[in-house]
Amino acid sequence: MRVSELPRPSPERLLKQVQAEENKRWGAKLKIFLGYAPGVGKSYRMLDEARRRHERGEDVIVGAVQGRQSEEVQALLHKLEMIPPLQTPEGQAVDIDAILRRAPQVCIIDPLAAHNAPGSRNPNRWQDVQELLRNGISVLTSVNLLHVQEIKEKVQAITGKDTTETIPKSFLLAADDIVIVDVPPDLCLSRQGEKLTSTGISNSQERQLSELRELALLLTAEVVDAQLESYVHAHGMEPVFGTHERFLVCMTPHSNALAMIESGRRNKDRFQGELHAIYVCEPGRSKRERVTIRRYFEVAKQAGAATDVLESDDPISAIVDFARQNRITQIFIGHSARNSWRDRLFGDPVLRLIRAAEGIDVRVFPH
Amino acid sequence: MPAPVDTSRGSLKVYLGYAAGVGKTFQMLADGHAAAQRGVDVVVAYFEPHARPDTIGQAQGLEIVAHRKIEYRGKVFQEMDTEAVLRRKPQIALVDELAHTNVPGSERTKRWEDVQVVLDAGIEVWTTMNVQHIESLNDQIWQITGIQVRETVPDGIVRQAAEIVAVDVTPEALLNRLKRGAVYKPEMVEKALTGFFKGSNLGALRELTLRQAAHEVDLRQSAYDETRGFQVPRISEARPSAATDDQSKERILIHITADPSTGMLIRRGRRVADYLHADCTALFVHRTPELSQLPAEERQAVEKHLRFARSLQIETRILSGNDIAKTVVEFARGNQVTQIFVARAEMSLVERLRGRNFTEDIVRSAQDLQVTVVADRSRRQVS
Repeated sequence: MRVSELPRPSPERLLKQVQAEENKRWGAKLKIFLGYAPGVGKSYRMLDEARRRHERGEDVIVGAVQGRQSEEVQALLHKLEMIPPLQTPEGQAVDIDAILRRAPQVCIIDPLAAHNAPGSRNPNRWQDVQELLRNGISVLTSVNLLHVQEIKEKVQAITGKDTTETIPKSFLLAADDIVIVDVPPDLCLSRQGEKLTSTGISNSQERQLSELRELALLLTAEVVDAQLESYVHAHGMEPVFGTHERFLVCMTPHSNALAMIESGRRNKDRFQGELHAIYVCEPGRSKRERVTIRRYFEVAKQAGAATDVLESDDPISAIVDFARQNRITQIFIGHSARNSWRDRLFGDPVLRLIRAAEGIDVRVFPH
Repeated sequence: MPAPVDTSRGSLKVYLGYAAGVGKTFQMLADGHAAAQRGVDVVVAYFEPHARPDTIGQAQGLEIVAHRKIEYRGKVFQEMDTEAVLRRKPQIALVDELAHTNVPGSERTKRWEDVQVVLDAGIEVWTTMNVQHIESLNDQIWQITGIQVRETVPDGIVRQAAEIVAVDVTPEALLNRLKRGAVYKPEMVEKALTGFFKGSNLGALRELTLRQAAHEVDLRQSAYDETRGFQVPRISEARPSAATDDQSKERILIHITADPSTGMLIRRGRRVADYLHADCTALFVHRTPELSQLPAEERQAVEKHLRFARSLQIETRILSGNDIAKTVVEFARGNQVTQIFVARAEMSLVERLRGRNFTEDIVRSAQDLQVTVVADRSRRQVS
């Protein structure tokens, strides 16, 4: 595929690029340490990086840190300069003016999802972070899975914990760097100071933490995938293909589209992948066929598929082009319940698709 | 995570990364120190003698079992001294680089085989590896990065691990370490920057590592739920848990031939079966009445593929039949197979004259089954 044929950048991506360019002009970077639960050691990893950077000569200061800290973390904090938060009758807030006057290269603002005291110049910490970045100051920060707005509900359902302090997921996606701090659940619990029962950790606690851990790993993978896409795009390179399973269901009125969509949904869930469903519009479809297709579209959307209609008089090429542009790894296609005059003339479309879709798995479904 | 049922065997922990220098060994040693401080008997059973300065520092204070020195072609190589580790019998042995191939003259070919021996002796093992060393990912890695990884670890070995820990670092930090000379010697850095560490490779491998780690957590969780009889589906998944999903249980049949693409087909089949929690069988059909009547070259290739399938815990079957496609499809129908995996074969001259090939025969004759024609990932897409 040539670069000119690559899909146009989405508005979100353009916005992200502009933001990134703006910060880059000043060389400011945002790095976020993500943890699946308290006790994984985010603060330690973050401050340890700050210490190493400081020792290598970078000008690193601390603008805000969590209240309760372990001894190891306190030992790291002692090595770094700190700008104390503003104390107001309402509570604390990051002292943005003092940090801007001090103008360090790197500032630690932690935790990311905290609120500032009412009446502060920014109600949320993440807005403080944006302000520092706009002023050319790099930021190191950390956040727990629970505090990501789009994931909060799931975490709540698993653990019963709730919070009002959240950051939008788009903030993570726009970060220059994200790092997941991954430790086994037992270690995490022992750091939380839980008493280990005689049989080790209680089953339900371990199960909860495992679930959170899986969610955090997948969220990080999603951010990394988005970064990879922008990188590849910015460098005019071919899309990277095959890091993530992406399924494409090709719907036609005479194939068993419903079975394909159902299977696509299950595959998407199992692989934590993406699902697309398309219909290649050919002229001369009857009204009944159009009604059928409309119903399939509804079902596909409910199954969580991104749906598209392609217009082409060469359906095979249209499908393969779409698949390549969208980095599809598996195409689902059905045997047709009846052969049209075209099939008799040009050969079975299923076989033609298999021949054309080099580099992509093709799964053929019964009708 | 629950240890395997066999409690006399040591449990395995794998630190999974995506490249040299991400900090796997460092993290393993740090955790080793923490365990030693809690009073656990930890030794370093193998540790790369040419390790990076930071890592060497991290190993200080831990007991190191002396390596075995083996001379090969006039050079002295160091390998893990497995027998010495068994004699020392610690609670936990730290073994760097699980995918390593031992120098000729060693007791066992691969380090993961040595690790099996240590585990069998009831010693817990912590080890390190990169995502590209997982056998079933081999073709995908090649397709994504253009790099052929030769040292691989069978998926079953990784699956034994009671715990997988993802060691994550940003590609930027990794590149900085590389440029500072903290990963390779200066003369190697330039080569690394234009080869493995170039452009989008690191990001892609990192994404794969994170997804693999999530998948490993998920697999262990499902197995755990099954053994503990958890009925409640996990919340993180919209899907029903494996235990309640039986009516839609998939059964995958991999069609084995002498063609080299079969290796790739087996790896892909294994991978998909793992994700779908499906059963997986491999079938070879020969036209000759007896397997032994096959031409030697073909027979050897087939036997190699069957062995490979078995090493990935895939059940293998051999049948005789005149019409290969028909025999495969009938076997599938008779054994509740839901999906047949076939390679996307190149057409031979004969097939071209016939106007279709074997793969297409199966697709045509199995119209009541799902047939997955697997892409040839060993050939990269050309623009």
